[in-house]
Amino acid sequence: MTEPWWISIIKAIVMVNVVLVGFAYLTWLERKLLGRMQLRYGPNRAGPFGLLQPFADLVKLVRKEAFAPSSAIGIPYILAPIIAAFTAIAAFSVIPFGPGWTVHGWRINGVVANVSIGLLLIFALGSVGIYGFIVGGWSSESKYSILGSMRTCAQLVSYEVSLALSVLGVVILGRSLNLSEIVHRQGEVLPFVIPQFVGMVIFFIGGIAETSRAPFDLPEAEQELVAGYHTEYSGIRWGLFQMAEYINLITLSALLVTLFFSGWHGPWGLGPLWFFLKLFGALSVFIWLRATMPRLRYDQLMRFGWKVLLPVATINAVVTALVVVWV
Amino acid sequence: MSPQPYSTLKGFGVTFKQIFKKPITQQYPEFKRPVYPRFRGRHRLWMHANGLEKCVGCSLCAAACPADCIRVVPAENTPDNRVSAGERYARIYEINMSRCIFCGYCELACPFDAITLGNEFELSEYNRDDQIYTKDMLLAAPVKRTPVADPVLYDTPIPFYKTDS
Repeated sequence: MTEPWWISIIKAIVMVNVVLVGFAYLTWLERKLLGRMQLRYGPNRAGPFGLLQPFADLVKLVRKEAFAPSSAIGIPYILAPIIAAFTAIAAFSVIPFGPGWTVHGWRINGVVANVSIGLLLIFALGSVGIYGFIVGGWSSESKYSILGSMRTCAQLVSYEVSLALSVLGVVILGRSLNLSEIVHRQGEVLPFVIPQFVGMVIFFIGGIAETSRAPFDLPEAEQELVAGYHTEYSGIRWGLFQMAEYINLITLSALLVTLFFSGWHGPWGLGPLWFFLKLFGALSVFIWLRATMPRLRYDQLMRFGWKVLLPVATINAVVTALVVVWV
Repeated sequence: MSPQPYSTLKGFGVTFKQIFKKPITQQYPEFKRPVYPRFRGRHRLWMHANGLEKCVGCSLCAAACPADCIRVVPAENTPDNRVSAGERYARIYEINMSRCIFCGYCELACPFDAITLGNEFELSEYNRDDQIYTKDMLLAAPVKRTPVADPVLYDTPIPFYKTDS
């Protein structure tokens, strides 16, 4: 039984909105949690517990003057944040959040798009998203922007390799690139974090670097490069870059939960609830890391990515393949 | 046995424990930290007990001001319009609060103790024009919004007018 097209469309609209609201409240969670870890309150003036702070930020960004440097190249300058944000949201469409239900004879899948090469699609979209950062920094025609975007993209491209290799073990164990299949197998066997612990650690570290989060956030650290590739952006265009970055973080945490912590599986069958709880846990760990670790210098970062993470990821994939074939 | 991974993990424990401690932020409008009695805040012009102003318009405060934010225009005291306790009075006396640096030199320069600096520092306005305080505003008692620490704790003798400004 396949899903009717109109249910897919409704689900797509709902998921896009869920992701956008999730992004807004991720910024709230980050500021509150980071504040608490630093012995201060986060925002607590805009609404109870600061819960309306994302709306206040949105209104501020929309009302800001959307300046552009006069030498910025027109169409790429405007298109860059759009590409970055679009690919970030699109990558979320293959993440399974539930087992799929049949309601009144109609089938509702647990994913927005049941693609048989879902994992590959996410990496492909991530690579296209890097174009958003390259083009954004380059078309701003500013030294800080170009340097920042070159650093960002070199870092992202380097860690993408280790990221893709680290999930090879999961693909071998899950016998498929389809994310729903991988989650199903984790329900039958065990969460892949147990056989693939090294893979999980590599994926996690690669993910931190892939989303430019601390401790790998040198390209956009204010003390270093003003603001990297988004220096010359203001108002809602900058907001789109932030959105792209945070939604990349959400997608990567969702992928971590899906690939290693058995996605939506949990007792009493409340699939999506367990998925969101695990997602919340993964995001909190990212925020915890940001509060704790100092920043890596750029050459330390690149050296780590190529000389440490990539060999370990490769060895992990090879060992998994050997074990699966001979055992 | 390198200390490195262990010390990083201990760091994670520290930040995790901090979540459950009470934050040390002082929430401003609900809790205002008291200022010391000699804190230099909003200026105040004083009058004698019989209603005559102490300020005679000598402009020593304007001359002493490093930021040049005091404007004094004197005028003669006539018998039917006696404002101050001397030969002349300050017809126009304005202080531009957005330029004032609250150094207290005007208070030190005044020979008649006519101007002192009180304890109010919450002087925000929505317009720059509202930041120019006229003589009437300066003569009036300020809206008391700032808590002041107990002067009895300080062993320096404090002149009588400080307790009221």
